[in-house]
Amino acid sequence: MLITCPYCGPRDVIEFTYQGDGNRDRPDPASQNFEAWNAYVYDRLNPAGDHNEIWQHSGGCRAHLRVVRNTLTHEILSVAFMRGTHTSTARRKAEDKS
Amino acid sequence: MVERQSPLEPEFHVGSHGNFEHGVEIILTETGPGSIMQLAAWPGEEKKLIAAIRTVTGLALPDGAGGGLSDGVKSVFGFAPGKFTVADEAEGLADAFAKVVTPAIGTVTDLSHGRTAIRIAGPKAEWVLAKFFAIDFALPAFPVGAGRSTTHHDVFAQIQRTGSDQFDIYVFRSFARSFWKALCHASEEVGYEVQ
Ligand SMILES: [Zn+2]
Repeated sequence: MLITCPYCGPRDVIEFTYQGDGNRDRPDPASQNFEAWNAYVYDRLNPAGDHNEIWQHSGGCRAHLRVVRNTLTHEILSVAFMRGTHTSTARRKAEDKS
Repeated sequence: MVERQSPLEPEFHVGSHGNFEHGVEIILTETGPGSIMQLAAWPGEEKKLIAAIRTVTGLALPDGAGGGLSDGVKSVFGFAPGKFTVADEAEGLADAFAKVVTPAIGTVTDLSHGRTAIRIAGPKAEWVLAKFFAIDFALPAFPVGAGRSTTHHDVFAQIQRTGSDQFDIYVFRSFARSFWKALCHASEEVGYEVQ
């Protein structure tokens, strides 16, 4: 599996570290909203298909990246720097209720 | 001034080694820069940092990711967004940069004692490095002066191409001897000389 880092170009997946589901939005650290915290920590979409993910090019430029990966085919559909591109992609159960 | 010892010393054996009966195709050396600096710009301050690098070293960084150049004494290359490695044969870069890189522009980190610079040169340099790193070493993909950040078995390496068949590899000092030994072993089959 190759991930094309926006800085370094195509690199083997072994240079990257998975930093988790990119659909999470961390609540304000002072938040007492347990449902939001529960969603942040536990709720995952686990889709069979395109998935928003956070990766770090830890064995290269060390930038944090927003990656869309297909969980069935491992195809990498897009890669962008986290910095400056953060938008809420949250589609979690807790927010679906509201 | 503190006398700096090479971490390679116990494994640094000047002379020809390996399969060199038909000639030496790899030259391995330690460049031992007096200064190795890591510079990082805050977001939006990159151009000011690049100007500061030019003020201190006289080197004008080319545009683009991993761009760099070397004048044989001083070298600079980008290794990450807004981050640059600068090396100089002479000591004193840290003081020079501390004067021009203000806290509003970015940060200056002196790695002179934290990194070891190993030079691999010769007609088989690309070929040996291709055994180590999963990146494209061909000249069109990796032009002279450019830098790359990559990893060999968790040994983080910054590589600058300083000639058509010459590369300078910056590794953590604590890993340098092990990496050097591996580089020697990998060069055996084409014959190498340590200078
Ligand atoms: Zn990268």
